[in-house]
Amino acid sequence: MTTSVKIPAGHNCATCPAHNLGNLTKLGINMENWDYVVALAGNPNTGKSTIFNALTGLRQHTGNWPGKTVTRAEGGFEFGGHRYKIVDLPGTYSLLSTSLDEEVARNFILFGQPDVTIIVADATRLERNLNLVLQVLEITDRAVVALNLMDEARRHGITVDERSLARDLGVPVIPTAARSRQGVPELLQAVNDVATGEYVCKPHRIKNEPPALKSAIRALVEQLEIAFPGLPNVRWVALRLLDGDQRIIEAVKRGELGDLTRDDPGQTNGDLVLQLQEVQHA
Amino acid sequence: MLNTGQMNPPDNALPNAAQDILDTANRLRWEVGNSAHEKIVETIYTDAARIADRAVVYPDTPPRFNLDRTIDHLVTSRIWGFPLMILLFTLVFWITIVGANYPSAFLSWLLLDEVYPLLKEGSAFIGLPWWLDGLLLDGMYLATAWVIAVMLPPMAIFFPLFTLLEDFGYLPRVAFNLDNIFKKSGAHGKQSLSMMMGFGCNAAGVVSTRVIDSPRERLIAIITNNFALCNGRWPTQILIATLFVGALVPAYLGGIISALAVVGVAMLGVLMSFAVSWSLSRTWLKGEASTFSLELPPYRPPRFWQTIYTSLIDRTIYVLWRAIVFALPAGAAIWLIANITIGGTSLAAYMVNFLNPLGLIFGLNGVILLAYVVAIPANEIVIPTVLMLTVLMTGASQYGAGAGVMFEASHQETMTLLQAGGWTLLTAVNLMLFSLLHNPCSTTIYTIYKETGSRRWTTVAALLPLVMGFAVTFIVAQVWRLFSLMG
Repeated sequence: MTTSVKIPAGHNCATCPAHNLGNLTKLGINMENWDYVVALAGNPNTGKSTIFNALTGLRQHTGNWPGKTVTRAEGGFEFGGHRYKIVDLPGTYSLLSTSLDEEVARNFILFGQPDVTIIVADATRLERNLNLVLQVLEITDRAVVALNLMDEARRHGITVDERSLARDLGVPVIPTAARSRQGVPELLQAVNDVATGEYVCKPHRIKNEPPALKSAIRALVEQLEIAFPGLPNVRWVALRLLDGDQRIIEAVKRGELGDLTRDDPGQTNGDLVLQLQEVQHA
Repeated sequence: MLNTGQMNPPDNALPNAAQDILDTANRLRWEVGNSAHEKIVETIYTDAARIADRAVVYPDTPPRFNLDRTIDHLVTSRIWGFPLMILLFTLVFWITIVGANYPSAFLSWLLLDEVYPLLKEGSAFIGLPWWLDGLLLDGMYLATAWVIAVMLPPMAIFFPLFTLLEDFGYLPRVAFNLDNIFKKSGAHGKQSLSMMMGFGCNAAGVVSTRVIDSPRERLIAIITNNFALCNGRWPTQILIATLFVGALVPAYLGGIISALAVVGVAMLGVLMSFAVSWSLSRTWLKGEASTFSLELPPYRPPRFWQTIYTSLIDRTIYVLWRAIVFALPAGAAIWLIANITIGGTSLAAYMVNFLNPLGLIFGLNGVILLAYVVAIPANEIVIPTVLMLTVLMTGASQYGAGAGVMFEASHQETMTLLQAGGWTLLTAVNLMLFSLLHNPCSTTIYTIYKETGSRRWTTVAALLPLVMGFAVTFIVAQVWRLFSLMG
């Protein structure tokens, strides 16, 4: 494991920017003039809020139980000369479901179009967590997987080969133990690389769907591309339409799907932002 | 934005294009069949399993002794689950009550016996007019001093303890224990989670019901959240239990009996939550409970100092600040109504005398009812208001320099004061009950309106507990008096 941040002075790593948390400036709730938007997604109780707090210096309530975060929390940080806005999303088991907290998460990844999505996965329950990771990778091209709770995995004698994982998923995989800040510098570097385009993700996509489905998707994608040029994740929208997802059908009807092509992610979902602010100030 | 390329349809064609897409989707959905969704999910699961299998190496032999599982067997056991829960919470309150005594007495001595006379002297020295001196010092300062002396010590002990339990991973186990009863009440099992949040703050609890996907069950969870005692009400429970219930037994048992009384009231709240959920899901909000899976997270050793620090800064100071913000104007208002007189009688006296007969029917009194009207914005100021009004109504001269003044705050003095105001054990018990069962604070009511978007359900959520509170205190008062007559 290469998660330790305690590197002897004089070692090459000690001078590497990735190991210098001094490069991180926690900006708290100051998120003005951001260059990139980062979303934090993942299963419930995997440590999203802990990572959020570590990066922003805020104290979003963390607690050892699933369902702690039900709204979006936003904060800012600066790293490698870029200003980031980071959005902590409620934990979800899937992006296909119906409850309001999961809807908040899905809408943001889909409509908010973050520049990078950090998918936080629990290293001790990797298989189940990967279900969500794969679903997020269906939607977005730019993601980093934070393999969190590595300390717990180690305690249980579980080892995870993050290189094999990164190869299979096609995105950077960074082992972390956010509670003790381990791996946070490496995570920041990976986010930076993906945001600036230095690292180009080749995310895992579902390939072996049945032929009938494949051609149906292709037909729908063609039509969608004509009606909504520049729409990202067309394939996913087509899949959801085939599945009869009411929220997506509504979005097509009301022409809201066009909003997906907007450049400024801060401008979409204004109502959700308001909702969050009201809750925080209540 | 949509009209940039040559291939784009003209503006007015967009709805048609959208309709075309939906038509195609509908047609294809029939062709692909219902299996599309399952196929995709299946593919995702297969891929996840394959990728995980390649990357993860589990230990060869599972450890023979699994601490997490052993603890879980105990704390979620059918026999031991509930007794352990009650024991643990009693312990938390006992530590709070016993531990808060000394700092509470110290703070009252400091703020009321030392600082207050100094301020009075200072104000006399610079020659403040009597009404300004009264409004600022006898009204605003004393109300704030009361809030700090009464609320800060129990909060500074209770919140860190509760947060430690939360960090450790105990709360989902409580939810697990309660889940079955909620299901039998026709409510969602996750209501136990929003109730846990409600024990901190009902407004936060109401927001946290978002984890419940069925609107029917979510509404039930919102309406019943008020039955979880919140931050603002714990200090009332703790103080009144310490003064009146703890005093019934020898001193060495006082702490534990008071703690049990507080746990009892909290448990009654949980019972009410079940009862109301049950009634709602059989009348206005009929339906079956939906199933869900609750993940029991691993126990994690709490980060002790960090927890203490954040719960002190975030919760204790936050709640205290909120209390002070509301206590300042409330203190001023109380001083004003106590000093503005019509025909030789103060406004406060008119109000209290008017409410008194009504209060007595419910085993309460006019002062308590008036305090609850004053405290609609924040439950935190009930106790300071009650004390200030009582001083006023019992003839202030023996307690301080003028109306609205409160000199002594140690428990014995408070007790004497309240007894002089005609308080009995019945008053104390019914105040504890009424503190549990009354309308939510204005912030919570507003949050309920924001979350439900319905005036009707907001009204139900606000008035239902109030009606129940009056009903319960009425019954208790009548039964109590019947027994005292017979005895």
